[in-house]
Amino acid sequence: MSTDTSTPVQAQEEPIISFRGVDKAFGEKVIYRNLDLDIYRGEVLTVIGGSGMGKSVMLKMLIGLLQSDSGSIQAFGEEVTTMKGQKLLGMRRRVAMLFQGAALFDSMSVAENIKYPLVEHGWGTPAEQDDRVAEVLEMVGMPGIEDLRPSELSGGMKKRVGLARSIAVKPEVILYDEPTTGLDPLNVRRINGLILRLQEQLGVTSVVVTHDMDSCFTVTDRLAFLHDLKMGFVGSIEQAKAADFPALQEFLQGGRGVLGDEEIAGLAEDGVNQ
Amino acid sequence: MNRALLLLGHVGGVASLTGRTFKETFRSPFETKLLVDQIDSSGIGSWSIAVLTALFTGAVMAMQFAIGLEPYGASLYTGKLVSLGIVKELGPTLTAVLVGGRVGAGYTATIGSMNVTEQVDAIAALGADPVRKLVVPRVLACIIALPLLTILADVVGCFGGMLITMDEVGVTWRFFVDQVIDTLSVGDILHGLGKSVFFGYFIAIIGCYVGLNTRGGTEGVGRSTTTTVVAISITVLVSNFFLTQLFFALASHT
Repeated sequence: MSTDTSTPVQAQEEPIISFRGVDKAFGEKVIYRNLDLDIYRGEVLTVIGGSGMGKSVMLKMLIGLLQSDSGSIQAFGEEVTTMKGQKLLGMRRRVAMLFQGAALFDSMSVAENIKYPLVEHGWGTPAEQDDRVAEVLEMVGMPGIEDLRPSELSGGMKKRVGLARSIAVKPEVILYDEPTTGLDPLNVRRINGLILRLQEQLGVTSVVVTHDMDSCFTVTDRLAFLHDLKMGFVGSIEQAKAADFPALQEFLQGGRGVLGDEEIAGLAEDGVNQ
Repeated sequence: MNRALLLLGHVGGVASLTGRTFKETFRSPFETKLLVDQIDSSGIGSWSIAVLTALFTGAVMAMQFAIGLEPYGASLYTGKLVSLGIVKELGPTLTAVLVGGRVGAGYTATIGSMNVTEQVDAIAALGADPVRKLVVPRVLACIIALPLLTILADVVGCFGGMLITMDEVGVTWRFFVDQVIDTLSVGDILHGLGKSVFFGYFIAIIGCYVGLNTRGGTEGVGRSTTTTVVAISITVLVSNFFLTQLFFALASHT
């Protein structure tokens, strides 16, 4: 994907996740009205929009942490809004989420954090789980930190451990809630590199919710612009730039520019080597 | 009117959390390690405040009765009154209010912080049930620990009463102990312990419920913790009145 960021997703392909006519409100505050969105296998879709518009609510509804008020949300052809018990558990194994603050359990070590989903999903023997912990820590570029506590980690390291925990059970889809917010430029590069690498090497589908336009330009195949309580625009970056949509143009110009293709290609490599 | 509705909503919320807790308690595998950890930190960690409270409460009751009954020549009954008061009322209730403040506030602070940092969501996202992981061990730990702490408080409270009675009234320790054994029936002791089981449940479920509903960052956690301490104290003291009636009614039927 790194060499051609504009590849449109084939029209005949079935989406693996779709939102149809979803409404959501918290009391008086309406978050979504009639939200539609399709997500296709293997792509990186970035959802952009202003802060406080409830971008991450969408991710939480998708894995059943929040209930929509009406409408349909489907993942892998199954309705999520009515899912319960084992079915929900199975879906959460396939769709992982990286929380904004990483949401590591501070009462546990890094290894125990990463092992948590492995134990809950009954993944392998204890020895295999230990191996998997070492493996995913290697993947996020932080081998050998198993015994550290979350309180000993920097913000960027927490995010990467959070990501390691999310990918431990080999999910097919990863939801990123503001993955680069609050990080220094180096860590932003690392995280973006990891997102690309997971997509390229493991074929993971990624949904990134962000208001960081630089990151959006770097990683995304398609972008969805949340405007006026629904997806005001969905399409490639090129289409977005050409779109006659003042609110979107304003948002896009907030980003400082587009990285060249070569730079993007380099990111996947050095994101983990630094 | 609005406040009454709000309160009713919370009562409903606590009831629904209780239902989920009950369901998760009986789903295998049982999380033994989490329960043991909670009994250790909530129960065993609270013994000192339970002992201290009971010792001085027993002592001050004895002092009041010994001096107050003297004009009527009834000081010798001090042991009876102190032991009944401690075992049926002050042992369970004061232990619940104090331990409830300590433990319930701790539950709210822990779960509330986890909630505002999305750790509760993370538990669910990683394939576990937050009620099962957070609420069940705490509720069970309190239901087990509170009666045990109450027994401890009963014994220590009577001991404190004995020391003062010996000094003020001039009875021997032997007289006091005999009088207490003579006074207390098994029903009296069960009356107090039965109430403490309910108090244990209230402490844990309120602490967890408020924690799970915490919003608004660290400030929210602070607010929630205060709410919990007040809610637990009031719930214990008010429910005590009704539980006492319930246990009297039960006793009269047996």
